[in-house]
Amino acid sequence: MSPTPALIRHILFLLCLSALIGAFPAWAGKTLDAVKQRDQVVCGVNTGLVGFSAADSQGKWSGLDVDICRAVAAAVLGSADKVRYVPLSAQQRFTALQSGEIDVLSRNTTFTLTRDASLGLHQTAVTYYDGQGFMVSAKANIKSAKQLKGATVCVQAGTTTEKNLTDFSRTNKLDIKPVVFEKFEAANAAYFSGRCKAYTTDASGLASIRTKEAKNPKDHVILPELISKEPLGPMVRRGDDEWLAIVKWTVYGLVEAEEYGISSETLNSLKNDSTDPVVLRLLGKSEDTGKLLGLDREWLARALTAVGNYGEIFEKHLGEKTPLGLKRGLNAQWNKGGLQYAIPIR
Amino acid sequence: MLNWRSQRVRAWYYQAVLIGMLIVLVGWLLQNTLGNMRMRGIQSGFDFLLDPAGFDIGESMFTFTATQTYGAAFLAGLFNTLRVSGIAIVLCTMWGTILGIGRLSSNALARGLCYAYTELFRNIPLLLQLLMWYVVLVELMPDTETPLRFRDWVLLSKEGLALPKVMSAGLTLTPEFLALTFGLTLYTSAFVAEVIRSGIQSVPLGQIEAALSIGLSPSQRLRLVVLPQALRLIVPPLTNQYLNAIKNSSLAVAIGYPDLVSISNTTLNQTGRAVECIAIVMAVYLALSLLTASGMNYFNRRAALKER
Repeated sequence: MSPTPALIRHILFLLCLSALIGAFPAWAGKTLDAVKQRDQVVCGVNTGLVGFSAADSQGKWSGLDVDICRAVAAAVLGSADKVRYVPLSAQQRFTALQSGEIDVLSRNTTFTLTRDASLGLHQTAVTYYDGQGFMVSAKANIKSAKQLKGATVCVQAGTTTEKNLTDFSRTNKLDIKPVVFEKFEAANAAYFSGRCKAYTTDASGLASIRTKEAKNPKDHVILPELISKEPLGPMVRRGDDEWLAIVKWTVYGLVEAEEYGISSETLNSLKNDSTDPVVLRLLGKSEDTGKLLGLDREWLARALTAVGNYGEIFEKHLGEKTPLGLKRGLNAQWNKGGLQYAIPIR
Repeated sequence: MLNWRSQRVRAWYYQAVLIGMLIVLVGWLLQNTLGNMRMRGIQSGFDFLLDPAGFDIGESMFTFTATQTYGAAFLAGLFNTLRVSGIAIVLCTMWGTILGIGRLSSNALARGLCYAYTELFRNIPLLLQLLMWYVVLVELMPDTETPLRFRDWVLLSKEGLALPKVMSAGLTLTPEFLALTFGLTLYTSAFVAEVIRSGIQSVPLGQIEAALSIGLSPSQRLRLVVLPQALRLIVPPLTNQYLNAIKNSSLAVAIGYPDLVSISNTTLNQTGRAVECIAIVMAVYLALSLLTASGMNYFNRRAALKER
């Protein structure tokens, strides 16, 4: 029996369907092209961590992580205001970057092997060397983290914090009981209402939370031990080495500028009068390092004009004059006893 | 050759085409997802379930240490979910039945209170209720150093409700567990009350009159005449509410109770295997729902009236 018209129609329909399915293009978007075309950098930030990325009552974002994004936008697009901020929880942040929703994740994210190797993401440069610490109530009269035997500790979910806490508890045989909250606002509230004996997160985060949430910051003590290394910095997707280079070298540029004394105040005078070859190279007067990155020679000068050098950024958002009151410590320049070591821009 | 004119043949053919399209679609989705992940360098696979977890769980029904596997962690989370859901389901059935019957009471005060209860607890989102109970339990409870004591059997503090004499090592119910169970029970029982009420009201008045005329007492009437007939109308929506209770228990993440979703979140962040973890959680909730539904259907078949 020959195929009926109905049968032929059905077969043709199936063929068309499979052709349509096969024709979907593979995701091959280059981040840098998308940024230039959009004329905007989409920056993933924290929902509200004072000093790193927080919005004020007018909706204006500020902080160390925010300034990195602004520096990148100034270097690539010419203006630090060409940034859109996407607040992300700890759970969403990597998926948002993997999926292409954001171009760069500047959200106090620790660099680890798992995150660099298995998520399809790249780490760039460390903007803040931190460590995990504990905060306890001053009334508890605890002087060291090793006294937290059997304590309940409030933690936010989805961070390196839980694993570090467990490692510390096992090493020191403390039998710590974690109470894990999805939102760090809930974790804060639980700690300050007395549910937990201690609160743990990065030491910089502890300072920020104590300033913002405690009724009386002096009632809470940040214990001296740092139980882990937490190198924080921006992350990008794999698949666009040029974008990776731009973000990485923007960070190094800001650090090296501080090392060589280029600040937002001295920038203009140095541009005109300096004879230091390194300074001239950084500002694009002698060589064009920007060309190698796919940008123009003024890339770093623009970034520095927009946000200042690393030291200025630190002082403005995290330094001793701010409510956070953090010392440079590990984040001082390498020749001043710290770990900030800009790879040479040349 | 197949007879196209036969309806049976056509039906088989259309079903085969539909199943074929479904298989093609699912296969393409899977292949696309895995291909995209591979291309972007995102590692996939379920092998992480055998790796050591590296994190502790605040409370679990068996002793869980960080050296055990992610698979064991998921199991601990599942048991925590079952513990809360199971207790909430039992309690909300009892409390919901009382409320439902109270709504039909001849006593105006009882009727009014039950009405107020159901309207209040049904209309406020569960998340807000849970947060409220958690805040109440944590803010208003006395500090750990100065607990509220009742002899040596019950200690109430911010650490939770400690019952040292229960079982060999004592039992401590954390504020997270208490808030979740309490909040879930109160919320779901408002819905259960309405389901029970509608079931009871569906029994024809003639049945009640007949029961009265043969001299049954009110409790006998309820037990022998009304409830067996009402159950037919009660069981399917009640099953719904049980499934809702199981799924709503996932709001535990907001108040720090380590249920399945909370463990899955932690695992997801430590391993980066987002697709796999979400797939596991979805599969588990689906299995729980199907089990509950089939259990309730079996109970329904046995308890239903055998019509001639």
